[in-house]
Amino acid sequence: MKIELLMGNQAIAMGAIRAGVGVVTGYPGTPSTEILETIAKNNPGHIYVEWSVNEKVALEVAAGAAYAGMRTMVTMKQVGLNVASDPLMSLAYIGVKGGMVIVVADDPGPISSQTEQDTRHFGIYAKLPVFDPSSPEEAYLMIGDAFEYSEKYNTPVIFRPTTRVCHGYAAVNLDENSYEVKLEGFIKDPKWAIFPRLSYQNHLTIEARLPVIAEDFSLYRFNSVVGSGTKGLATGGINYAYTCETLLALEAECKIFKVATPHPFPEELAMKFLEGLEEVLVVEELDPVIEKELVYICGKHHLSVKIKGKLTQHLQNAGENTVESVTQAVATFLKIPVSPAKQLEDLPVLPVRPPVLCAGCPHRASFYAVKQAMKGQKAVFSGDIGCYTLGNAKPLEMVDTCLCMGAGITIAQGLHRAESATVNVAFIGDSTFFHSGIPGVINAVYNESDIVMIVLDNSTTAMTGHQPHPGTGKTMMGTISEKISIGKVLLALGVKHVITRDPFKLDQSIIAVQEAAAYKGVSAVIFQSPCIALVEPAQVHSVDADKCTGCKICIRELGCPAMIKDHDKVRIDHSLCYGCSICEQVCPFKAIGGAYR
Amino acid sequence: MINCLLAGVGGQGIVLASKLIAYAAMSKGLIVRTAETIGMAQRGGCVMSHVRMGEALHSPMISLKSAHIVIGFEPAEAVRCLSYLREGGTVIVSRKAIKPVTDSLSNTDYDGDEMLKYLGSHVNSLIIVDTEAVFAECGSEKVLNIALLGAAVASCGLGVSLKDMEKTIAEKLPQDFIEMNLKALRAGAKTVLKESIG
Repeated sequence: MKIELLMGNQAIAMGAIRAGVGVVTGYPGTPSTEILETIAKNNPGHIYVEWSVNEKVALEVAAGAAYAGMRTMVTMKQVGLNVASDPLMSLAYIGVKGGMVIVVADDPGPISSQTEQDTRHFGIYAKLPVFDPSSPEEAYLMIGDAFEYSEKYNTPVIFRPTTRVCHGYAAVNLDENSYEVKLEGFIKDPKWAIFPRLSYQNHLTIEARLPVIAEDFSLYRFNSVVGSGTKGLATGGINYAYTCETLLALEAECKIFKVATPHPFPEELAMKFLEGLEEVLVVEELDPVIEKELVYICGKHHLSVKIKGKLTQHLQNAGENTVESVTQAVATFLKIPVSPAKQLEDLPVLPVRPPVLCAGCPHRASFYAVKQAMKGQKAVFSGDIGCYTLGNAKPLEMVDTCLCMGAGITIAQGLHRAESATVNVAFIGDSTFFHSGIPGVINAVYNESDIVMIVLDNSTTAMTGHQPHPGTGKTMMGTISEKISIGKVLLALGVKHVITRDPFKLDQSIIAVQEAAAYKGVSAVIFQSPCIALVEPAQVHSVDADKCTGCKICIRELGCPAMIKDHDKVRIDHSLCYGCSICEQVCPFKAIGGAYR
Repeated sequence: MINCLLAGVGGQGIVLASKLIAYAAMSKGLIVRTAETIGMAQRGGCVMSHVRMGEALHSPMISLKSAHIVIGFEPAEAVRCLSYLREGGTVIVSRKAIKPVTDSLSNTDYDGDEMLKYLGSHVNSLIIVDTEAVFAECGSEKVLNIALLGAAVASCGLGVSLKDMEKTIAEKLPQDFIEMNLKALRAGAKTVLKESIG
């Protein structure tokens, strides 16, 4: 045994390695990204790891390996499961041979996601077992259990941590022994090909199996009922930790039901919990999953236990729970008087710090070039998911729409059908282009749309921490594969007008966008410049105080975090400046240049 | 049990500082839990890292009014998370303000002094670290996190000695950075200014 301080995501990865995982696939997404990265970093040599182009592909690759008897794991964030939902729903019917764990990280808040969807519900919908760890150390052990249950019932299982488990750190006891999979290989059998008749039969099997798994889960080691009394708290995941913390703070005791497997619901254990109770408060985040299960069980067994939670407005319906919010709810439930934390008085006005594009970010130059090129024309800018979503902020204001991965290109097409006199510009990043942008391009060409695509190619998946993708040629196995050229892909798809530019050459970039906008049909400008995190800074820039008139055009136009208003002049913070030079190009008084003065 | 909250702006090295505290506490046999903000909230935005050390810890997050020590990497960020400070807790804060882009865009003029004044009148145990002096001594602006760590250790609020922290730095940081960071740690510990403004 070795004790290490691990992030929940690292603990999940180390637990999967211990469980003998052989193939790991995924697509980056906060808060799930570090799981796959940790596998790659600690690869004992026999594990195949890949960033797949998207979650659907990742799930299918892992399923294939699991058909052959390998233990496989797929990682993604909650919205990634929407992309992977097609194979997920069918795979639930087909089943697997080797253990297959689909790790889907939920993001209550949301802190960095488009939705607050609850993957436990996805598990219920797909009729798959769901595991919900409450801490990094539990996650380390639970992921191994997940593989075992998957093999025991020949079904993929969902493992869904939430942000505070994923990104929380704890000391984890690492077991140096690991499970070894004896690979049988793929054996041909009609059961691997889905047909309506097979689906019907498998549906019957699944329905018959769920109560069996539920019974099994009632004995599962991380599900528990402790304490006594007439009032009970039911909880799971990180909310179990908040609940324990709350009871410590309130110096209160009551019966607690910890649900580590929300689906299929451990009904027998729930009955043990409900026995002798008068009321229950369910402490959970996102959807009222445990709450509805308890309401159902009470109805089914004619129990007169009052179930309180989100459905009864005793807990908030949206957003993240905190120890404070849980303490408030539990104190009210237990009728313990608590005074709410006193607000600080006469607090000064705090500066707001919205996330911004980094100083030197090539996206700023690209957005600025498009903005200049489109001046005086009616244009709508459809954005997409990535760092460049931050282009919505002042002063750029270049993201009019943002929906989901790959939707910039397609929303632009729809907008253009409604208002053909408008120029419809769609922004997409390189990783997003490969993820789900390509079908939208084909659709635009095939259906003779008239849009301008701006590909923001910074040679990485920047937002999630610089993962490689097909355009970079680097793989998670450390090999170099052939880089897939976005320009050639666009040409091959039938886009006739494709121009590549360095966005930091502003004048040329503006002209390129103007030409693309004037082109009738689908056109594309690829702005190519690496993310600043991948390159050494160029010569930092300075403002010549003698020439600076204090007009602040640079600040007002670009919103670069390195540019600081200093009395009536502008100053550049050299610790932030990457020497991208667009401020120099924007300054009407030639007061900015690339050297210390 | 000791709760330490670190707050600042994305890119200031807050995550590393919180990890070093956790490692140092672990080497003393304490149970440790930490939580941090990662992702979209990180870029130029407010970043908070919670470090909890002791026994019987469940939540990785510190509750309001229960931080024994708040390390503010920036004056306004220290004020922003002051509601976490418990009665009698200590605040260590870097003097240097970081202007947000929004400040340069609007016509507000944030410079941090008002924040330091507020801290001075609302926090009994306040330590202001003279950031520029530390930078000058270390010849780098990248050592702010370690210098603040030095001040926090020197304030005795962390339950970890300077020696413990030196050992942790020597064990956990890459060889090339150890010397500069040890220098920053000591500079931070040394330049603790016990002045209070206001």
